[in-house]
Amino acid sequence: MTVPPTTKAMNLIVKRLVSGLFAMVCLLCLGHVIQAQGKFYTKTGYISFYSKAPLEDIEAHNRQVVSFLDAKTGELAFSVPMKAFQFKKALMQEHFNENYVESHKYPKASFRGKILNLSEVDFTQDRLYNLQLEGVLTIHGVERLLRTTATLQVNGDQLQGRANFSVTPQEFNIEIPALVRENIAKRIDISVQMLYKPYQEKPL
Amino acid sequence: MTMAKRIILLSLLWGAFTYNCLAQEDLLKLAETQDSTQADYTSATFKAVRLLNGHTIETNRAGELLFLISHRFGTLNSGAYELWGLDQATIRLGLEYGFTDRFTAGIGRSSLEKTYDGFLKYKLLRQKETGMPLTLTLFTSAAIKTLKWIEPTVEEQFKYRLTYTYQALLARKISEHISLQVAPTLIHRNLVPLASDENNVYALGAGGRVKLSKRTTFNAEYFYLLPGETADQFKNTLSLGVDIDTGGHVFQLMATNAQGMIEPLFIPRNAGSWSQGDIYFGFNISRVFQIRKDKAE
Repeated sequence: MTVPPTTKAMNLIVKRLVSGLFAMVCLLCLGHVIQAQGKFYTKTGYISFYSKAPLEDIEAHNRQVVSFLDAKTGELAFSVPMKAFQFKKALMQEHFNENYVESHKYPKASFRGKILNLSEVDFTQDRLYNLQLEGVLTIHGVERLLRTTATLQVNGDQLQGRANFSVTPQEFNIEIPALVRENIAKRIDISVQMLYKPYQEKPL
Repeated sequence: MTMAKRIILLSLLWGAFTYNCLAQEDLLKLAETQDSTQADYTSATFKAVRLLNGHTIETNRAGELLFLISHRFGTLNSGAYELWGLDQATIRLGLEYGFTDRFTAGIGRSSLEKTYDGFLKYKLLRQKETGMPLTLTLFTSAAIKTLKWIEPTVEEQFKYRLTYTYQALLARKISEHISLQVAPTLIHRNLVPLASDENNVYALGAGGRVKLSKRTTFNAEYFYLLPGETADQFKNTLSLGVDIDTGGHVFQLMATNAQGMIEPLFIPRNAGSWSQGDIYFGFNISRVFQIRKDKAE
């Protein structure tokens, strides 16, 4: 059976349409990937702190840290709900919020900063990178410049960031009464672990 | 370079600079809007589980054991011979355990009339930062007087030694500094001295605290006896005091016209009068121990 020329033309048009559509879908997907490589985020980031003092060791864990990492610009942002720090002793947790960091006045700590050596990081290469970070750490309403090292493990489209640094309560105007000075360390060690996923902006 | 060129260049630089800053601000704002934490229950409406004599809406958190030592000296008007009351003392020792964040049970023993008491406390409603405006705690206790039987006209029976208390504690932390509480109370006594005395005594408690600093508060508490036989014979209880929170311990120092430290003693049977100087100095010291590590809820 011979195919009428009109049908042939139709076939050609359909083919072109299909391939055109395919190309468009590909482009869209590509666009998606490009966008995904822009921002990474987590809503379940983990921050813990540890105070080692002669009379007692205090530690608290927070698994509700929100963080964003912009791979294009190297910018970083952390938002830390203070009441989400969990202590072993409930009374300690209440005192932490009520008497020390005053969570009712300052519900969130934050960090916004930059990866200084962004050019050394290739987000398409799976490996561990050492980062230099600098930015402003805000706790208890007090802003302090923080410079620290961190590591970033690129793993497919996931990024695992880790950092350790220490702060003193004094630099954030957190008062320690003389009576409990032996219970609280001079320097508080802070450990940060973030597992970032690609962020897709939701359409409004 | 001409002036115009300079201005253009500067404004371009400024534009680039502010754009950069804005981008970074936005990233933090974006992070803040992604927050999944929910509105919290209001914490620390009061520093202690007692306002002064009476209970507060506060219960122990899950796994917390509280040891409470309460102490009242004699009356101020007892004079220099008694060192204005300091020679005398009544004491109550108590243990209270939080089974969950909302349910606490406790036991205690008062030296006054050698009374044992046991109580249950349940936080039914909890104030939230947004939403629920009040905390409601239900309280009930039974007290057993174990003093040797001295009633000449009534034959000794165990049930005659019992007194029950039912109380609804309603409080609101109005601000960081001010918390108020009301406490409608019913006390049922199985045995009263005279036929004309009331077995059921109704009272309304009211009180609150004002924070003086992060770790100290001023507290006031009043128990009003509803009109009746008891109100005619006895005095309403007024207590004034301070809480000092040292982290782990809460010290409460007070002046009150009641000697007893449990409801059946300081509400329906309080003979002390402020105006006549029947003022007892006293203190409560509480210490919290975390017994169980895993927190319920």
